[in-house]
Amino acid sequence: MITDYQVERSISVLLRTGVLLAAMVVLVGGILYLAHHGSAHPNYHAFQSERAELRSPGAVVRSALSGRSDAIIQLGLLLLILTPIARVAFSVVAFGFERDRMYVILTLIVLGVLLYSLIAA
Amino acid sequence: MDITLFTTIVFLGSLLAGFLGALTGLGGGVVVVPLLTLALGVDIRYAVGASLVSVIATSSGAAAAYVREGFSNIRIGMFLEIATTFGALVGAYLATRLQTHIIGLIFGLVLLFSAFFSAREPAQVQGEDAPDQLAHWLKLEGSYPSEKGEQHYRARHVPLGFGVMFGAGTLSGLLGIGSGALKVLAMDQAMRLPFKVSTTTSNFMIGVTGAASAGIYLSRGFISPGLAMPVMLGVLAGSLLGARVLVRAHSRSIRLVFSLVVVALGIEMVFNALTGRL
Repeated sequence: MITDYQVERSISVLLRTGVLLAAMVVLVGGILYLAHHGSAHPNYHAFQSERAELRSPGAVVRSALSGRSDAIIQLGLLLLILTPIARVAFSVVAFGFERDRMYVILTLIVLGVLLYSLIAA
Repeated sequence: MDITLFTTIVFLGSLLAGFLGALTGLGGGVVVVPLLTLALGVDIRYAVGASLVSVIATSSGAAAAYVREGFSNIRIGMFLEIATTFGALVGAYLATRLQTHIIGLIFGLVLLFSAFFSAREPAQVQGEDAPDQLAHWLKLEGSYPSEKGEQHYRARHVPLGFGVMFGAGTLSGLLGIGSGALKVLAMDQAMRLPFKVSTTTSNFMIGVTGAASAGIYLSRGFISPGLAMPVMLGVLAGSLLGARVLVRAHSRSIRLVFSLVVVALGIEMVFNALTGRL
């Protein structure tokens, strides 16, 4: 029998691992970014949407694999965004094990909203 | 100013914001956005994008400490996340539509509200209401450890709490903040849940709420890697440090000073928004 407490423990390990991994990828990308662009001038006064390669999950992964430093940072941020999504997916399974059909459905609704935002919106 | 200097300033500011945010329970997001927009002239949409990312990091990074205490309630959190995630979608869409000075004005007002909320003593609402059938059906109940043994509780006023949570999600998606204060208000004041259960469950929910608007922010180009990098790393490091100090230090005076800073930032945000400088 799995208790709620054990489920929460596993969730907290998942969350910490995700954040740690994300922070490390962001740090590596950040160091490369400063090495390449450190002496350029920042321009955040006027909003112009980021480049297309930095705006969708698939494009970020492709661009990061080609070694672009800002895309590596973005990949780390993507891992960070995926961390709570993974936690919700994990909860679906955990409620399934507990045979709590109502909460499987409620959690799937939350998961649906998260995936819609990341993929379709 | 070159990017190296800019990144260093943003990192140090975010470190301080995360540290004070953890000590006072207000969170780092409420100070990061004014810092970036007022002091460094960053467009509010980039600032909100970077702040949201740091909010997700802080919530997920601190979760382990809360879980160990055994107060947070997964079912209550998950049920209410339906409200906060839908709210977050609405908020994020609003952020892509509204003019920046309107966003700035709302942000300033939320800052003033947060300062007021954190300065007030948490009033423990007592008294017996009729048992809530909806809460029973949705299993919005639990127990937590106390000196007197396991204390049982059950949520009340579920529709009201759900509605306030939708509002909290909308503000989170619009302003890139965690909306922790409003989430606690929904659970502790509206749903009459124990304060400890409310604060820890709220922290648990913030990351999921943030992730719901992060996708929209990403696709609309609000998340700029060069800016989000120092903000995320700074706030995360600061809040982990703050959570450690919190265990030892009693932070009443820090709370007061931080509240005053937040009030000052709120007034400046409102003023800049009204005079069209944001």
